[in-house]
Amino acid sequence: MAKARRKARNVVYAGRIKVPYAWSVGATGSRFLTALRDDQEIWGVKCPKCKRVYVYPIKNCGECFVPTEQWVKVANVGTLESFTVVHYKHDMQPRKRPLIYGLVKLDGTDGALLHLIGGVEPAKIKLGMRMKAVFARQRAGSILDIQHFAPA
Amino acid sequence: MGKRVAVVGYGQTYQRSSRKDVNGVELINEAVRVALADAELTIKDIDAIVIGNMDHFEGINYVDMWSAEGSGAVMKPVMKVTTGGTTGTSVAMCAYYHVASGMFDKVLAIGWEKNSESDTTGAIITAFHPVWERPNLGGAVAGLAIEASKYMHDYGATEKDGARVAVRERLHALNNPYAHLHQEWMKGIPPDQLVDLIVGSEQNQLLAYPLRMSDMCPRTDGAAAVIFAVEGKAEKIAPIPAWVQATANRHNFVYAGDVDMARNTTIAEASQAVFRKAGIKEPLKQIDVCELYLPYSYAGLKWIEDIGFCGYGEGPRLLWDGVTDMDGEMPINPSGGVMSSNAIGATALIRVGEGALQVMGRAGARQVNRKVNLAFCSGFGGCYWADIMLLGRKKPA
Ligand SMILES: [Zn+2]
Repeated sequence: MAKARRKARNVVYAGRIKVPYAWSVGATGSRFLTALRDDQEIWGVKCPKCKRVYVYPIKNCGECFVPTEQWVKVANVGTLESFTVVHYKHDMQPRKRPLIYGLVKLDGTDGALLHLIGGVEPAKIKLGMRMKAVFARQRAGSILDIQHFAPA
Repeated sequence: MGKRVAVVGYGQTYQRSSRKDVNGVELINEAVRVALADAELTIKDIDAIVIGNMDHFEGINYVDMWSAEGSGAVMKPVMKVTTGGTTGTSVAMCAYYHVASGMFDKVLAIGWEKNSESDTTGAIITAFHPVWERPNLGGAVAGLAIEASKYMHDYGATEKDGARVAVRERLHALNNPYAHLHQEWMKGIPPDQLVDLIVGSEQNQLLAYPLRMSDMCPRTDGAAAVIFAVEGKAEKIAPIPAWVQATANRHNFVYAGDVDMARNTTIAEASQAVFRKAGIKEPLKQIDVCELYLPYSYAGLKWIEDIGFCGYGEGPRLLWDGVTDMDGEMPINPSGGVMSSNAIGATALIRVGEGALQVMGRAGARQVNRKVNLAFCSGFGGCYWADIMLLGRKKPA
C-alpha cells in the first residue's frame, strides 16, 4: 500500500519512428534540376499573363492561377537582397557554422532564391552586392548542385 | 454576413517549458476545464469543438480523435484545423464560422502544443518544401534573421530598436502569471537601460545575425480554449461578451525566396480587410489594445507598420515613444506576447483569448488602464500567413 502512494517520477517514453519518405519533384521541377546538373544552367518559367519569371519553376502562377508553360533561361548572376550569418548549431544545417544564407534575386527573375552564400568573409557582405552561382563539381540533380552564391 | 458571435469564455494552462506531469490529452483537458468554468458552462452546453496543433511537434496525427476524452469531444461534432503558427487563430476563425453560420450556438475552440516532446527546429523544417528548401536551409530562425537584416538595411533600424521590443514583451510578461518567461531581474529598471544591458550582454548568444537569444520566442508546453456563442445566448453567458467585429486571413507563396521580404504583405492585406469591414479609418487612434503574434523582436517594428499603425520605418519611433507600452496610447501585448510564451498551436488562440479578456475588463494585473472598445488580435505562421480577429465591446453593425 505504501508503494502505491509513493510519488512516481514522470516517465518520458522515447519514440523510434523513422519514415523513409521519397518526394516526387514532378516534370517541371525535374527539367529544372536536370539543366542544373547536366548544363550548369538556371531555367525559369514565365507566366503568360503577368509575365513574372519564377525560379524555382512553378507549374502554375499563383497570382494569375494559370499554367506557366514557357521556359526561359535566366542569368547565373543577381543581386543580394538580404543575408544572415548563422551561429547556432543544429543537425539540419547544411554546412558547418558559421554559415551564411542570402536572398539572391537573379537578373530577369521575380522573387529571389534563399540559398547559401560562400567565398566571402561575413564582414565583407553588403546588401546590393552582385552575386553569381557557383556550381558543385559533383552534381546529383538537387538544388545543392548550386553549391552557393559568391560575389560576382 | 452571418449571425453575430462573441467570445464568452477563455481558459489557458500556465505556459511552461516542460509539463512532464501531463500528457497532451491531459494538458488539453486543463485548458478546457478552465474555459468552461470561466463561462459557467458544462461540456454538455457545447455543440461542437474545433481543435488544432502542429502534428509534427508531437509526432501524433489525428488529435481530434485521440484527445476526445480530454477535449470533451466524445459523441460531439469535432473538427481539426492545423495551419502552422496561425493554427490558434485559424481554430478561432473556424469556431466563429461554425457559430456565425447559424448551425451551432456554442462552439469550443482549442489550441495546444507540447513543444518539449520534440526538436522544435527539426519539426519546423518539416513544413519547408523537401526538394527546394530543406537541402539548403535549416530552420526558422535563419529565415526571420533574413527579414530582420533587410528591415535594418532598408530603414536604418538598429539592434537596440529590436531589443526595445523584447524589453516591452518581457516587462509585460511580469504582469501575467500564465506567461512562460518571467525575467524578474528586469523589474524596476527603465526600458532604455534594459536595452543597453541586453545588447551589451556577452551571455546573449548571437544565433543568426542580427538575432540574439533575447530576440526570439521560447519553446513552450501549453494549451488554451476559447468559447464562442451566438447572439441571444452570448449576453446570457457573459456580462460583457467580446463580440467578433471582423476577421480575415491571407496566405502567400510557398517558397521562402518568393516571399516579399521587404514588407509583410499578408498581415497588411488581412488588416486592411478587417479595417474595411469594421469601418476603421485610423487604427492607432481607434484600437485600444493589441495582442499580436510577434515571434521575434523585429516583427514588433516592421509588422506594426504593415498593419497600418504608422508609416514605413516609423515602428522604432512608436516603440521608443512608449506608445505600445502598458500605459501608452495603444498597448501591444499586455500578456507578454509570443516572445514570453510560445506553445505554438495555442499561441495564436491565446492572442484571441487575451484580447477578449481585455474587452471584458477581466485581465487582472495585465488589464490596460482604460475601457477597451476594440482589441486587435493576430496570428502569424507558415511562409508568411496572417490571420486577424478584431474583438469589441459593441455588437458589430
Ligand atoms: Zn501570373
